[in-house]
Amino acid sequence: MDVERLYRADYGRILATLIRLLGDFDLAEEALQDAFAAALEQWPGEGEPASPRAWIVSTARHKAIDRLRHRTRFEDKRAALETLATLEESPVSSDPIESVVTDERLRLVFTCCHPSLAVDAQIALTLRSLCGLSTDEIARAFLVSVPTMAQRLVRAKQKIRDARIPYRIPPDEQLPERLEAVLRTVYLVFNEGYAATSGDTVVRRELTAEAIRLGRVLSELMPDRTEARALLALMLLHDARREARISANGEPVPLEEQDHRRWDRAQIQEGLTLVKSALRDGGAGFYALQAAIVAVHAEAECAARLYDLLAERHSSPVVELNRAAAVAMADGPARGLELLDALESRGGLADYYLLPAARADLLRRLGRWEEAAATYRRALPLVANEPERRFLERRLAEVESKSRLARG
Amino acid sequence: MQYLLLIYQREAELNGWTDADKAAFYEAYGPFTQGIVKSGHMRAGAGLQPIATATTVRVRDGKTLTTDGPFAETKEQLAGFYLIEAKDIDEAIAIAAKIPSARFGSVEVRPTIAGH
Repeated sequence: MDVERLYRADYGRILATLIRLLGDFDLAEEALQDAFAAALEQWPGEGEPASPRAWIVSTARHKAIDRLRHRTRFEDKRAALETLATLEESPVSSDPIESVVTDERLRLVFTCCHPSLAVDAQIALTLRSLCGLSTDEIARAFLVSVPTMAQRLVRAKQKIRDARIPYRIPPDEQLPERLEAVLRTVYLVFNEGYAATSGDTVVRRELTAEAIRLGRVLSELMPDRTEARALLALMLLHDARREARISANGEPVPLEEQDHRRWDRAQIQEGLTLVKSALRDGGAGFYALQAAIVAVHAEAECAARLYDLLAERHSSPVVELNRAAAVAMADGPARGLELLDALESRGGLADYYLLPAARADLLRRLGRWEEAAATYRRALPLVANEPERRFLERRLAEVESKSRLARG
Repeated sequence: MQYLLLIYQREAELNGWTDADKAAFYEAYGPFTQGIVKSGHMRAGAGLQPIATATTVRVRDGKTLTTDGPFAETKEQLAGFYLIEAKDIDEAIAIAAKIPSARFGSVEVRPTIAGH
């Protein structure tokens, strides 16, 4: 693993370990930057260490000790001496990161998303600390100047220190509420990358990727919190369409015009599996329901597009009829109706009650009551099955009364 | 670490309450205060007289200027405070949430500067 890849993949994990070790956000950040700089200098010549992450952590620890020794301001010095004392006493395990990593990142995310911090600050701090995005990148993503973003980060870290925002996973009684805040922040990061059309597209892509990565971390580290899993599902399902939802010239493409071949099938599948398990284990939470809605849309659209393919290759009137129903579900009743009109004009399925019944249903959904009633009447003599007849009669009565109401 | 909990509420709203409601509200402060004294969090605290009793003082060019009323006209007025000892902001927030006025007013949680 080269330095850059390690930085991208593990920045948050290593920083979390260091914050825990040093008890100081800024010092941890500075020491980590020093350690990565040292790695860039030494690894190419001396070769990569056996455990790159452990190397970075122990180098950062030494850099932190150096920085503490050089602190000159009196206030700083007193705190520095205390930290130094604990640092020099604490034993260094061979790979401090492997053993405690999971809890460390969780602690960090709960600190970054503490409700005492403004939402803007939570987002910035999460991206900076857990994702390792630079101040510059975050500023570009949120369309603010670099000094503004830098100040936002400084203030947030000051508040963590001065108001003593704890660095820990909240106790059980606070966990649901606090996790909600964390998930909201992650989802805001995702939406910032996904929904907005302005700003640097590369950075925006990065935001959605980072949000998904955070979602993965949360749902892995807290497997019994189904809302975390549901949020991950929701983001995966939305993001699976990223290639298809923006045209070559950067304009948004409406759902029904999107080229389904550019959807990420594997990602949709993963999202579907996750949302099903979240619904099964945790019920209908805020993210689970939204994910389920996106899933149903994705499935409806998949079904419609698969029917398109089927009709292309193995066209038959029954396939056309089913295709029209699937298309109506995915793209709206008007599109389905067009397909049924075409089928009818070719004279297919003339005596099959389902054709007028399907047509009547689409007309009903379009609020074209009189046409719907007439079409139900056309379907009724063709029905052989008693429950079907009762169903169509009930629908007919319904549209007749709607039609009377509409006429006044 | 010490935190100052500043209690803000609408005086006008409180004035509109029945005597029985007011009595019940003030009585709720008793168990709350005893609770944080017993748990060792309490450092100081007091309820304040209405803002009509307030005087604001400024010194400019060596001259003392006094004006009637609070330093700023706000929708909710400072009505009391507690100074507490808490291990972190979560503990301070949990205590602030138990202050009876938090249910209709607001409580501002301010860490004090350490070492003083």
